[in-house]
Amino acid sequence: MLKNPKDFWAGVMFAVIGFAFAIIVKVYEYPMGTASRMGAGYFPFVLGNIMGMLGLIIIGQALLTSGVRVSKFAWRPLAWVLGAFVIFGLIAKLAGLVISIIVLVLVSSYGGHEHRWKEALISSVVLAITSVAVFVYGLKLPFPIWPEFLG
Amino acid sequence: MEQLFSNLALGFGVALTLNNLMYCLVGCLLGTLIGVLPGIGPIATIAMLLPATFTLPPESALIMLAGIYYGAQYGGSTTAILINIPGESSSVVTALDGYQMARQGRAGPALATAALGSFFAGTVATFLLAAAAPPLAQIAFKFGPAEYFSLMVLGLIAAVVLAHGSVLKAVAMILLGLLLGLVGTDVNSGMARFSFGIPELTDGIGFVAVAMGVFGLAEIIKNLEQGDEKREVFLNKVTNLWPSKQDFKDCWASVLRGTGLGSLLGILPGGGAVLASFAAYTLEKKLAKDSSRFGKGDIRGVAAPESANNAAAQTSFIPLLTLGIPPNAVMALMVGAMIIQGIQPGPQVMTERPQLFWGMIASMWIGNLLLVILNLPLIGMWIKLLTVPYRMLYPAILVFCGIGVYSLSNSPFDVVITAMFGFVGYLFVKLDCEPAPLLLGFILGPMMEENLRRAMLLSRGDPMTFVTRPLSATLLAVSLLLLIIIMLPAIRKKREEAFVEE
Repeated sequence: MLKNPKDFWAGVMFAVIGFAFAIIVKVYEYPMGTASRMGAGYFPFVLGNIMGMLGLIIIGQALLTSGVRVSKFAWRPLAWVLGAFVIFGLIAKLAGLVISIIVLVLVSSYGGHEHRWKEALISSVVLAITSVAVFVYGLKLPFPIWPEFLG
Repeated sequence: MEQLFSNLALGFGVALTLNNLMYCLVGCLLGTLIGVLPGIGPIATIAMLLPATFTLPPESALIMLAGIYYGAQYGGSTTAILINIPGESSSVVTALDGYQMARQGRAGPALATAALGSFFAGTVATFLLAAAAPPLAQIAFKFGPAEYFSLMVLGLIAAVVLAHGSVLKAVAMILLGLLLGLVGTDVNSGMARFSFGIPELTDGIGFVAVAMGVFGLAEIIKNLEQGDEKREVFLNKVTNLWPSKQDFKDCWASVLRGTGLGSLLGILPGGGAVLASFAAYTLEKKLAKDSSRFGKGDIRGVAAPESANNAAAQTSFIPLLTLGIPPNAVMALMVGAMIIQGIQPGPQVMTERPQLFWGMIASMWIGNLLLVILNLPLIGMWIKLLTVPYRMLYPAILVFCGIGVYSLSNSPFDVVITAMFGFVGYLFVKLDCEPAPLLLGFILGPMMEENLRRAMLLSRGDPMTFVTRPLSATLLAVSLLLLIIIMLPAIRKKREEAFVEE
């Protein structure tokens, strides 16, 4: 049994990412150059290895100490919030700002503990109107307001 | 001295134009707003607003963004005092005594003390900034690449020492930040690194995406996980705002000490408003002859941390504006903002763009004045905002984040990257990895590589250049010393105790 899972997994994360950077430098053959004329691979290779090593040390320490376990992932808010955000990005150009904001608010509000769709609908419309006023008319950001096929 | 006044006059000339005055006001109000609202901090807000400032002239953009940072220090204290909810982590300690004062019917004096203390501290810190910047920039001009590299090492190490949690993890987070900062085209050879053939990645990962994902989205998910805490809002009528004579007598020394300590800690790398307020509170408790009243509504417990966090928020601009090196995560974002505006942060900003430099400094003092005037009458409105439940608040934050990120390149790419960093940031929360050092490393990554290369080129590949040049050697020695000290068991325990209140 792991006595300090939080630190253990943090160490694993650092070790994997760190060495991955170093390995990528080697696999893709980024030029290392010399100490006086460093190539593109030099600095990331050194940093990646130090980070990987540090990850191993953290793992080692975690095996020797006791600590807290990693609390459960809250998949529900994670999925709804990030999902809604990505959808917004994907449809913004096609659907226009108004519709994509309404979608973003409606979808993301499923991530909360209690979901009241009427309330979400009202706030989504209010947010869409204010955003268009502030960002499109006020700050002149180049957003289409309505879907392409309408405008 | 005469130089100083003519510089400040130039600055006020810039800051007092109607346009800039308005942006200063907008920044301060936004800062206060997010200061009041828990769950969204200055980092996410500045990241959110950055794209909106692209089209502004650089002076206006930076004036507004700076206003957000120090404005947040004012807002955070209001809710800490009135309803025991620190809207910002820098006002956590203010809640200890401030809320007790409010319960004893002394909310008015507590709020006034916080505001006046902040204003005093802000004024002193602004003058300090104005006075210290030119000589420091002169020193900075003497820096070669070796010195810059060592200075960045010191900055990053100090950021670790002053962060809470595991030192090793914080160092690893810095390294991760540095590495992520290297993604994209290598300026020396023109080679695309770690981009895996994705054309958008050859420009590097946008720091707005990183900051917003790790500090904005991850924070929202974390808050949703914790569930709707019942935010009880009851606003007793705030009567007799003005502190009594006795109050003034009790707290003027605390304000002075808080200002001094805060100014100092703001300059230090890794420092900033949060650390300053904690340190100031601890200092007051240690110095007080009778410390039994602390935690039970002692006015000194409000005056000191509030002065300190505001002073620190101002002085942390000193290393940014003179050396071009951000001392904390918020300043790292300001570096990004400057680069977007085509300004390379560093000592040359002062000489090449005096309008910008002095305009920004003058605007800080004006901003502080605006805050003190506006804050007290607007308290009722801020408190009302807190009655908005989080389930309505977070979709709104998401909308602003989404618009901000999307408009970076008008493509879904940055939105997807931000979402990925949202997940990564949530993972950091789960694994107890403090994200601020990552952001600092991210900004410094390319700068460090560049200076390392130049230094090594100049020394013909001899790494001894870092220890044979006296200034560089000193900086490295201090970093090493810091690392050793923090690793000592006795100090380590003390440090853990010091951060326990967080």
